[in-house]
Amino acid sequence: MSGTFSPAPPLHRLLPAGTLRGPTAYVVAIMTFAMMIAAAAGLALATAASTVGRAVESRYVIQLPNADPHRLATALETARSTPGVGSVRPVPEQEMRRTLRQWLGPAASDQSLPVPALIHLELADPAQAEALDRRIADTVPGARLSAERAALGPMLRSIRMLQWLALSLVVLMGGATAAAVVLSARGALDTHRGTIDVVHGMGATDRQIASLFQRKIALDAFAGAALGGVAAALILALLGGGSAALGGELGGRAPLGWVDLTILALMPVAAVVLATLVARLAVLGALRRAI
Amino acid sequence: MAWHWQGGALRAKHGPSLGRRASKRGWALSAIVEFDSVGLRYGTGAEVLRDLDFQLSRGGFYFLTGPSGAGKTSLLKLLYLAQRPTRGRIRLFGEELGDAPRDVLPAFRRRIGVVFQDFRLIRHLSAFDNVALPLRIAGRTEQEIEGPVREMLAWVGLADRASARPATLSGGEQQRVAIARAVITQPELLVADEPTGNVDAEMARRLMHLFSALNRLGTTVVVATHDIGLIGTTAGAQLIRIDKGTVVDPTGALRNPPVRPARVDRA
Repeated sequence: MSGTFSPAPPLHRLLPAGTLRGPTAYVVAIMTFAMMIAAAAGLALATAASTVGRAVESRYVIQLPNADPHRLATALETARSTPGVGSVRPVPEQEMRRTLRQWLGPAASDQSLPVPALIHLELADPAQAEALDRRIADTVPGARLSAERAALGPMLRSIRMLQWLALSLVVLMGGATAAAVVLSARGALDTHRGTIDVVHGMGATDRQIASLFQRKIALDAFAGAALGGVAAALILALLGGGSAALGGELGGRAPLGWVDLTILALMPVAAVVLATLVARLAVLGALRRAI
Repeated sequence: MAWHWQGGALRAKHGPSLGRRASKRGWALSAIVEFDSVGLRYGTGAEVLRDLDFQLSRGGFYFLTGPSGAGKTSLLKLLYLAQRPTRGRIRLFGEELGDAPRDVLPAFRRRIGVVFQDFRLIRHLSAFDNVALPLRIAGRTEQEIEGPVREMLAWVGLADRASARPATLSGGEQQRVAIARAVITQPELLVADEPTGNVDAEMARRLMHLFSALNRLGTTVVVATHDIGLIGTTAGAQLIRIDKGTVVDPTGALRNPPVRPARVDRA
């Protein structure tokens, strides 16, 4: 039996039975809950960034500062005749004035106010953008082609930073869980020092003793991870409706896909594995200090 | 091997284990323990043991005696590998173990039985599980454990207390469980620290009978005690007196001094 990962069943009884007696289960429950929420936020942000990024990837805008009907028609004709250009949609002047009203108020309806024209278009191949830009500049002086993703760049960068922040939080909480388990394992070792001395004296190996504590902490961690996991799943399910609606508005995708849900479902398992391995290493490390 | 308690003394029916012991008569006279200039200090304090030079013969029966604080318990800790010497050499079972890697020690500890003065029973385990513990640590199956443990409990007169927790046992019963646990593996070396310190005179006499019986079966027995009266009850026992951390007069005043062959001067 010496050296096996788990002690033979009767040896389990060397440590008093009872889960949820120590702090390990509660610490793991809280950490699992927090890690899953942070991870879900990070994954949802990743989905949102990806959805928005894909949605605007092929979208461009031609801006005409002085929009008379002739220049607008020329710009439309130039765009439509350029290879690789998909849908071309001019923004109606009324829509432009409605948008400007948010900043200018009723003055936006003043017909003497020059309103720029915008043409939304989609390019099948973004490499064509430069050629289209040149043609528009040649045929309609002063017109400018810009990619929508350039306007959304700062927002996408912020979303990616938030993703990294969420990942960092998950890593930090994993580290905190590991530290809590180390403290718990050392506490358990101190509590059962007498038993350890006796079984050491009988020829028990470090691995046998570590397996006892590892098993106990694994059971506590399992109970805690299950508790935290279920709580996090309930919260995420409650938030799911609103998030799905938001995801739909952004691009028709649910905020968390199957891969994301699988990652979240594996987090309690990862917490148990982490706690078990850390407990084993902590106990082995502490035992090595004995003779 | 079959054990039974009869008339206050251990009787062992001849069995395979006894045969194994008999076959080892070839090493019966060799040293099982050798201390060579051994010293021990805890932390940065003064040496609690110093200049220990002695040997214990295989199959011998030894009393370790001396006043309180003389170093008996520390010496026993060195014997059952719970402590390493801070200087000198210790050989157990023919192996240099004073500075052996710690991962080799468990195998040697399994050859040693220890009876602690305070019993050190695991309080949430039954008497049966306490006695079975060394066998389980050694990796024996439950089928292999059941019979010997029941026999051992019967041997110490506790067959009907197998499922009792230590807290429900009297001091004498706890002592017998501790002894049963120490000898269940039929250790080559049995170390007992004041084993009669917590029991009445009659129980002390019975315990010494148990130790003598084990000794006749080939186990080397070392009993630490300051009960001088106890020493006279065991025929053939040898005496090691320790005082102020060192063995006192190892050859002169002792009734049966330990075997101490002439040392060969090293070049």
